[in-house]
Amino acid sequence: MSEEKKSKRREFIFTASYALGAVGVGATVWPLIDQMNPDASVKALASTEVDISSVEPGQSITVLWRGKPVFIKRRTTEEISEARKVDLKELKHPEKDEDRAKNPEWLVMLGICTHLGCVPLGDKGEYDGWFCPCHGSHYDTSGRIRKGPAPTNLEIPKYEFVNNNTIKIG
Amino acid sequence: MSDHNYVPSSKLGKWFNDRLPLLTLSAHLREYPTPKNLNYWWTFGGILTFCLITQIVTGIILAMHYVAHADLAFESVEHIMRNVNYGWLIRYVHANGASMFFLAVYIHIFRSLYYGSYKSPREVIWIIGMIIYFLMMMTAFMGYVLPWGQMSFWGATVITNLFSAVPFFGEAITNWLWGGYAVDNPTLTRFFSLHYLLPFLILGLVILHIWALHVPGNNNPIGIDIKKPSKDTVPFHPYIVIKDLFALLIFLILFAFFVFYSPNILGHADNYIEANPMVTPAHIVPEWYLLPFYAILRSVPDKLLGVIAMFLAIFVLVILPWLDTSKVRSAIFRPLYKQFYWFLVADVLILGYVGAMPAEGIYLLVARVATAYYFIHFLVILPVLGFKEKTLDIPLSLTEPVLGGSTNPSLAKNKSELNF
Repeated sequence: MSEEKKSKRREFIFTASYALGAVGVGATVWPLIDQMNPDASVKALASTEVDISSVEPGQSITVLWRGKPVFIKRRTTEEISEARKVDLKELKHPEKDEDRAKNPEWLVMLGICTHLGCVPLGDKGEYDGWFCPCHGSHYDTSGRIRKGPAPTNLEIPKYEFVNNNTIKIG
Repeated sequence: MSDHNYVPSSKLGKWFNDRLPLLTLSAHLREYPTPKNLNYWWTFGGILTFCLITQIVTGIILAMHYVAHADLAFESVEHIMRNVNYGWLIRYVHANGASMFFLAVYIHIFRSLYYGSYKSPREVIWIIGMIIYFLMMMTAFMGYVLPWGQMSFWGATVITNLFSAVPFFGEAITNWLWGGYAVDNPTLTRFFSLHYLLPFLILGLVILHIWALHVPGNNNPIGIDIKKPSKDTVPFHPYIVIKDLFALLIFLILFAFFVFYSPNILGHADNYIEANPMVTPAHIVPEWYLLPFYAILRSVPDKLLGVIAMFLAIFVLVILPWLDTSKVRSAIFRPLYKQFYWFLVADVLILGYVGAMPAEGIYLLVARVATAYYFIHFLVILPVLGFKEKTLDIPLSLTEPVLGGSTNPSLAKNKSELNF
């Protein structure tokens, strides 16, 4: 074997060893990182069913889903019409109320201010919706950001009506 | 440490090194002159460092998911096993890691005994090592309590009750240890706290252990003092680093065998039953690595004396550098010591075996003989042997036997004048 060939062979063996070593270290380290991800018992709580039969128009309930508060608001006709007549151009984060509330009477959204994660207060603020006491974000009756530092509307989680009295969140 | 005039090549490196000489330290560790005849028994220091780091990393992770409460601990361990991503792997590595740690430390200690590594000028390394060993036993014991199974609970009860043997203050001490009148939640929470703390003390002592080692340098299989650096030494990097890594790889195969193929073989099935203060398991035994001391404890028919004998068994190891009166380090040149060494190995293995057996009949008799021999070895044989034993001629350098040099004294005189 020529000297040049020998050194190529050596380089190949080095590279192959380091590559195999890197794969081994990666495979060893991954479980140490992945253990901090949501575990099986947390994932098992991924959906929550809520009985809404006792919620009267104008009332709102707050339920816990995956450790986060979810607002379920039964809106009055005034609140619905107020939310629907808003011109989309006025909105910081334009979204139609029709898209946010499939069933206009029921508004289901995460009760977490999109600014820094506080829970906004209901029936407060300049737009008759929600007001976040932490840094002064105002949301309207559709949960859309109208004024203040929050960048986006209150988030709508995945949910469905199992029947007339039950909502399944998640 | 050896003298260093290390100058970093980069300007930034020099700037930093003038303020905190980490690069000098790193250069010292790389160049550290190591005897070139070190065999594979010398790789266990590196393996032990790996074991400690593994236990700390997996332990910190387990503490993220474990709950130290008498009502929740057992369930939280099952939660780790069933729910946490790779929780089973991390827990099995931690549990078997303790056993692998002790396996390595026993080999490390017996290597030291064979080659006389504890003798002058390495007494402080040895004593620090013994403190580490003692802390390891405490840590392992308290760790075994945390899953709050039957063996955890009754192991904790038996070991803490050792202190009830203390005259007059026994009851006060045990109540203080327990934080109550029996092993219960306060005991569990303090054991958890200490189990988390002690490994970091061990880590600090390991740094001192290595520092103390780097002052005289490694002992070697021939057991003679060597010049450093010289043709009898090789730099730590890459020679010893690669050798240590290779040995670690072999060690990891054994480690992985336990973790993946028989993760519970070193444990006890009763520890998968939740702690019950009303029922003691029929046969309780400590983990295998504590069995020799357990056998010594049980072989003495008196409660207080049994406890004293057990602690003395560790203490004689601490004062070993002064019990062994022989100036010759390596057993290679001590024909009698070499035999007694293997008697001791057999004696400790026998103690371990009878420690796992019921304390009755023939087992008790064997345990008593083996306990007596253990103390005779350290307190009688070793001191006497130093004066009586006729040791073999010792080579003057590591290269001498290889080059066929004789140990003729007249030649020795000439050789000692040679400077290599």
